[in-house]
Amino acid sequence: MRSYVPNTEKERMEMLADIGMSSMDELFKDIPADLKLDRPLDLPEPMSEMELRDLIRGFVYMNEEGGPLFRGAGAYRHYIPSVIPQLVMRSEFYTAYTPYQAEMSQGMLQSLFEYQTVICRLTGLDAANASVYDGATAAAEAMLMLRDNKRKKKILYSAALNPDVITVMHTYGHCAGLELVEIPVTDKGVSDIEAIRSNMEGAAGYIGANPNYYGNLEPMDEIAEAVHAANGLLVAYVNPITLGVIKRPADYGADIAIGDGQPLGIPLSFGGPYVGFMAATKKLMRNLPGRIAGETRDAEGNRVFVLTLQAREQHIRREMASSNICSNQMLCAIMASMYCCVMGPNGMREVAEQNIAKAHLLADKLTRIEGVKLRWPETPFFNEFVIDVDNAAEISKALENYSITGGLVLKDGGMLWCATETNSVDEFDFVCDIIQDTIDSMGGDE
Amino acid sequence: MRSEYKLIFERSHEGRRAYDLPKCDAPDATDRIPESMRAAEPLRLPELGEVDLVRHFTNLSRRNFGVDNGFYPLGSCTMKYNPKINEELAPMFEDVHPLLAPEMAQGCLALMADMEHMLCEICGMDAFTLQPAAGAHGELTGLMHIRAYHEHRGDLERKVIIVPDAAHGTNPASAAMAGFKVKEIKSAPDGGVDLDALRAAVGPDTAGLMLTNPSTLGLFERNIKEIAKIVHEAGGLLYYDGANLNAIMGIVRPGDMGFDVMHINLHKTFSTPHGGGGPGSGPVGVKSHLIPFMPVPRIEQKDGLLTLNYDKPDSIGKIKSFYGNFGVIAKAYCYIRSLGAAGLKEASENAVLNANYIMNKLRGVYEIPHDRTCMHECVVTPGELMNYGVNTSDIAKALIDRGYHPPTIYFPLIVHEAMMIEPTESESRETLDEFIEAMKDIAEQVKVDAAAIHAAPVTTPVGRPDEVTAARKPIVKYEPETV
Repeated sequence: MRSYVPNTEKERMEMLADIGMSSMDELFKDIPADLKLDRPLDLPEPMSEMELRDLIRGFVYMNEEGGPLFRGAGAYRHYIPSVIPQLVMRSEFYTAYTPYQAEMSQGMLQSLFEYQTVICRLTGLDAANASVYDGATAAAEAMLMLRDNKRKKKILYSAALNPDVITVMHTYGHCAGLELVEIPVTDKGVSDIEAIRSNMEGAAGYIGANPNYYGNLEPMDEIAEAVHAANGLLVAYVNPITLGVIKRPADYGADIAIGDGQPLGIPLSFGGPYVGFMAATKKLMRNLPGRIAGETRDAEGNRVFVLTLQAREQHIRREMASSNICSNQMLCAIMASMYCCVMGPNGMREVAEQNIAKAHLLADKLTRIEGVKLRWPETPFFNEFVIDVDNAAEISKALENYSITGGLVLKDGGMLWCATETNSVDEFDFVCDIIQDTIDSMGGDE
Repeated sequence: MRSEYKLIFERSHEGRRAYDLPKCDAPDATDRIPESMRAAEPLRLPELGEVDLVRHFTNLSRRNFGVDNGFYPLGSCTMKYNPKINEELAPMFEDVHPLLAPEMAQGCLALMADMEHMLCEICGMDAFTLQPAAGAHGELTGLMHIRAYHEHRGDLERKVIIVPDAAHGTNPASAAMAGFKVKEIKSAPDGGVDLDALRAAVGPDTAGLMLTNPSTLGLFERNIKEIAKIVHEAGGLLYYDGANLNAIMGIVRPGDMGFDVMHINLHKTFSTPHGGGGPGSGPVGVKSHLIPFMPVPRIEQKDGLLTLNYDKPDSIGKIKSFYGNFGVIAKAYCYIRSLGAAGLKEASENAVLNANYIMNKLRGVYEIPHDRTCMHECVVTPGELMNYGVNTSDIAKALIDRGYHPPTIYFPLIVHEAMMIEPTESESRETLDEFIEAMKDIAEQVKVDAAAIHAAPVTTPVGRPDEVTAARKPIVKYEPETV
């Protein structure tokens, strides 16, 4: 049987004797006898390391992944430089707890301070927290920041946010008694600014994505103007990989910037762990939830990093805390920070440019197929776009037969495609051939 | 020993690079995005060669301390050993996109379904969701179930969650976030729930009680059956904070104690590394009457295939994107499959043995405010040592100089100057003996040279930080001009 308990049976008995006991059962005498489990747990037999490896490999083989991927919708395959997985496996990092003892946790605290600085530089804002669970929970927390800062319960959000983000906001919002007002999408595939203007009265602010769920870049300057004109706060949900080329939240006056850091060097891992980032203006810093690393000095004047502004947090404020968050996604935050430092300003620009180049070429090639149309041909996009085509489900199936994961089939029958630097033009041509054949064969049935 | 360490931004040299990308095989299309939507400036990020970047983070890691470095008896955090095989196996799923057609992700879904099933058996619950990302997130999710349960019955006046004063800070904070009012009740002198206080607190407004058992004092709540009865008879539900589950695996189950809903910290009890503060995972288990409210999607078997069912009209919705911290769940799955039923029970027994061993050996040197058989952790205080002008924080810093991560300090709040020591089952007898000796050595030093204790730690790269200035004049990002 596999065991990670080092003490032998003999040593255990000696230790028990040492404290005046004769059996393990005596340790549990405070537990009422009739509550105790009177049988072993019904679990599979224990496994050796070798057997476990085979078991997990079996699960891996049951998946059919690894082929070309043209799906994003909130999780993206980007190239991950090898230094990142190597460095986060330093066990001084990954086997540590939250850095409560600053003197022996400077490595983690400085890494967090660097991460916060990276997030501030990506977003252009003044302060960032040390992460939340993911992009969706960042949106939920941002909603509560708006409420706390403006003392208003009405919050506008764009219907073009990722549907998971919207669902999570509603789940949290229901409990917080918020009035969430959905701003519809125009026939250009972006949020309706007129609807923002006409609904802002009494609202704390507006939460919208750029690029939005459909890949489209939103008119953020005008949105900011509309929100601020009504004295509201603007929350920009951004994909951080865009920021090497696309305007940063502070450029258009966002008060809070949030998003999911997964595109920054974090693997897909069937949906997690990822990392939610949150940045805000100085004015809103004390409304941020969760851990924040700060700089101070020791008695000798050395620069020291600590967890700070803890008066906001649950272990001090209890039910008055700005959030209940305790554990966050620290290691993932450090991966995202490492990614940005590996890439630097030029790498961040180049990877964004490659995404734009590949996605636009893919869109061009797809729309050359008769029966395939870009849904919003006049709207600029980053690395995702929506096409309309008959029989999207059949096309998706046909691609799967070649181990290709095509664009996500939307509820309205469209397909949301994504191309990143990991996709090649050869793949595009292959995909177009399969789609052409599928359309031809569907036509042949009629 | 003292040394500052440059920030990565202070190591930047224009033009250096640590990245490379293949030449782009598609024509540049940047100008297809209007200039008004493009940034005017490059990002202000550091530029380093790869070797300098690697050394930066490697040396940063050397200024940190993990379970692999040494004993880490941080109470309530269950800093047990993180098996290496699990670190190796979980990344095998790294390239699986969460929105693959379920037919293409049967392996991931099967692992998750299996995990839900095993957690039900370990905890005596009827169903589990793996969606919450951490313990506090699990608490919030569980409380949302309680809220939905009462709302669904039209029992709209139940707006109060009762929380003992010994509870983790996350309990009241989660209750507030779930939209409840919090009613705190005092603990009895023996550290357990005060039954009279509980009887007085329950009523038609009671939504539920949150309880940690063993409690944050490391003691088993002997009156648990009576507590469950009081809360249930008042129409409330019982929430189990699973932070201390490591004491009871295979011995007693929350479901059998009468709890309706609970969370588990996979990064505590089930050995996944805490990553310096996350990612964790906080699965939530419920009894059958709460199943309709579980977050979507639910994994279900249909025509021999595992599917994701989003069609649950009474669901609370979603509390996170996708399905949970799968990478963490996979490691915890490996742990349970390695150990099996006997191994889990062995872990709990030895966790409790180790804690009692420490408590017994410290008796007479430190004060034990609730001196009875403890579970997986024990709470001690400096007691008379405080007469020499030292407090718990000083003792913690002195432990750092002796090579240990200190216990949790100043928690639970109901014990003045608390030190909460949780050794876990991972530690050998000689590690415990050495720690006990260090604690005794500190106690001796306090009596002869308290000044030395106040100066601790001296072996670390930095001394005690000025936390007041940090909070008063917060510097939360690097700006060259401020240095």
